[in-house]
Amino acid sequence: MKKVEFQASVVTCSARPIIYNEEICIGCNRCAQVCQVDILVPSMKKGKPPIVMYPGECYYCGSCVMECPREGAITLQHPVMNQAKFIPVKK
Amino acid sequence: MGYQWPYANEVGETEQASCDVLVLGGGLAGCYAAIAAARKGKSVILVEKGATVRSGSAGSGFDHWESACTNPCSKVTAKEIAEAYIDEQDHYSNGIAHYIECREGYDRLLDMESFGGKIRDTEDEFKGAEFRDDETKLMFAYDYENKFTLRVWGSTFKPALYKELLRLGVMVYDRTEATMLLTEVKDGKKRGIGACGMNVHTGKFYTFLAKSTILTMSRPARVWLFNPDLMGLCEFRPPQSIGSGHAMGYRAGVEFTMMEKSVKGEFSAAGRSYPPYGAGNNHNTWYAATMVDARGVEIPYVDRDGRELKIVSERYYPVKGQKFFLKGGVIDNPKYEYRGPETLEFEELMKRGYQLPFYADLSKMPEMERKVIWGMMVGEEGKTKIPILDNYTKRGFDPQKHILQSYGTGWQSASFLSQERQLFGAPGGILNDWDLKTNIDGIYAAGDQLYASDCCGFAAATGYYAGRKAADHAGEVAYGTPSKEEIEKEMERLYAPLYVENGMDWRELNMAMSKAMQTYCGGIKCKDLLLEGLDLMESYEREFVPKLSAQNPHELMRIHEVLDILEVSKMILNACLLRESSSAQLCFERSDFPEMDPEKDRCFITIYQEDGQVKSRRVPLNYYGDDVEVEYEKRNQDYIGGERS
Repeated sequence: MKKVEFQASVVTCSARPIIYNEEICIGCNRCAQVCQVDILVPSMKKGKPPIVMYPGECYYCGSCVMECPREGAITLQHPVMNQAKFIPVKK
Repeated sequence: MGYQWPYANEVGETEQASCDVLVLGGGLAGCYAAIAAARKGKSVILVEKGATVRSGSAGSGFDHWESACTNPCSKVTAKEIAEAYIDEQDHYSNGIAHYIECREGYDRLLDMESFGGKIRDTEDEFKGAEFRDDETKLMFAYDYENKFTLRVWGSTFKPALYKELLRLGVMVYDRTEATMLLTEVKDGKKRGIGACGMNVHTGKFYTFLAKSTILTMSRPARVWLFNPDLMGLCEFRPPQSIGSGHAMGYRAGVEFTMMEKSVKGEFSAAGRSYPPYGAGNNHNTWYAATMVDARGVEIPYVDRDGRELKIVSERYYPVKGQKFFLKGGVIDNPKYEYRGPETLEFEELMKRGYQLPFYADLSKMPEMERKVIWGMMVGEEGKTKIPILDNYTKRGFDPQKHILQSYGTGWQSASFLSQERQLFGAPGGILNDWDLKTNIDGIYAAGDQLYASDCCGFAAATGYYAGRKAADHAGEVAYGTPSKEEIEKEMERLYAPLYVENGMDWRELNMAMSKAMQTYCGGIKCKDLLLEGLDLMESYEREFVPKLSAQNPHELMRIHEVLDILEVSKMILNACLLRESSSAQLCFERSDFPEMDPEKDRCFITIYQEDGQVKSRRVPLNYYGDDVEVEYEKRNQDYIGGERS
């Protein structure tokens, strides 16, 4: 079978589900390993956070954050349109 | 910006592995199936497209386990609840699987506890609460009188199961998509002999030979609802759960039923609705939250006779003269007999002058009820710990000080159009016998792969049950011999998009198919419309499938999914053609056959393929026997006799 070289580039979408804090992240890739949707791809640079290659495919389950050994390294947030409104209790 | 693919390139490389029992799908059902077979001393391979440790609908968590009728606090029997479900769904119900769920579900919870999952309030966080049994520390939801639905800490479950799989020596092939069932015909009869698959990081091709194969690959999705921008949000279940088991089963000749059933959309956070359990509501995870209207006036709960309930506690008990009530995943608008406490209907609220928007107001609830909804249930339910509990808390939400807005009028937090459909609320799937075997020897199914499935307890109990039946079968047969040509053809099919240049993105075809399904298989169906839909799907297959292009195995996987969605769409269109009447229970409306549920069609209409032709059978609704308990006990004396441990 003829080999073809794999290529990958970030497929952008309207949201940013996952944001890494490069100061805190140690590049252990545990988040990429547990992501069942496989949207994260390990960086070729050692110690750097994974690349959010397929952000539009994020399922917003939070498994990456639950797995992360460094609190604050990953922020997961729903698109703005999905942030429900809350207000003070009505007396 | 281009990146180097960090995984090896193994396109064209092949590996063959063999085992007694092959499990396709690593969600709850698949994990329990593998554990059951391994406990019986069988060699087991589990193939999972994602990462088993967190894969499946319950991967990141779930908050309640329905129908655990044999737990020590339960006041109902497995037979009572299974029969109630069957009756509630007018017998368009998987009586076999429901009984297994009711009878063995609690055993699976005890298993889970032994693996390290949390099923009781061991820290005494809720000591003294009305929903807690202080002796066993088990906690209950919905019906506090009968105590058959448990509140559980589901975020601990998948990692515990994964650890147990490894401990038992199950060979787990993660990041490997199963793509085709292998069968052979022996003495004129077809049997399953394994499956093929591909690694979605490297492209390596696998052939798995097995004596028994179990399908546990969820249910179809992205059939009507698709959003090319936020694809991961367009359905309720995880993006990779799109019904590949249905597609490969259909191609192999497996028999399905109820595939004509689809419901008006309930969840699509890429579109009309909010993230499940992330907006104010009073169902499921949020039962029985206090709701208020725009003025802060409390919305009354009523019993099944319309009598207003005075205190919060009454929302959790059957009414006088009623033994128990049903609530949960597939219970929408239950019959009088099973109807529990509920807030007044929307139309009635409008008549009485209640004003939108509504809110969930936990501040008005007793402390334990508030804490168990916001903190445990919202926190343990799939997709709530980080994206809801954690994020809303960081945004300043305090359940004692704030009320959370409700959208739309029901618990789905949106109103969908009738053509925006989903396979939800006990949809179609594989027709099973009492061994959870398909019509093909050696091929079993469990969880959402079965017709009329519902919740996590269903998945776990049927998974384990299928695992032990498949293990028994594996002890009686030898390996088969797969066809070399068939395997080569499959390799060619899987890799083809890698060699297409300037081709089409998988999203474009998925979008076209879901638009077509909304047009030709929407709320109202008729023969001509369905045939046009089939014609269009076939033209997509001819014209656009060969144009699909992928640059790496991840994109290849998405293309394979789209091909499976196309296969399933054709099955659904054909299944809709086969039922020539309308049905309330199946949410099925034919304008050319408007008669609702005529007696002649009160049956399961099945669909399967034989020699490339669509075939169908009519199966009586009670095909599994009239007494589920008697039928179960006839076939499970080994388990009842204590083999369970």
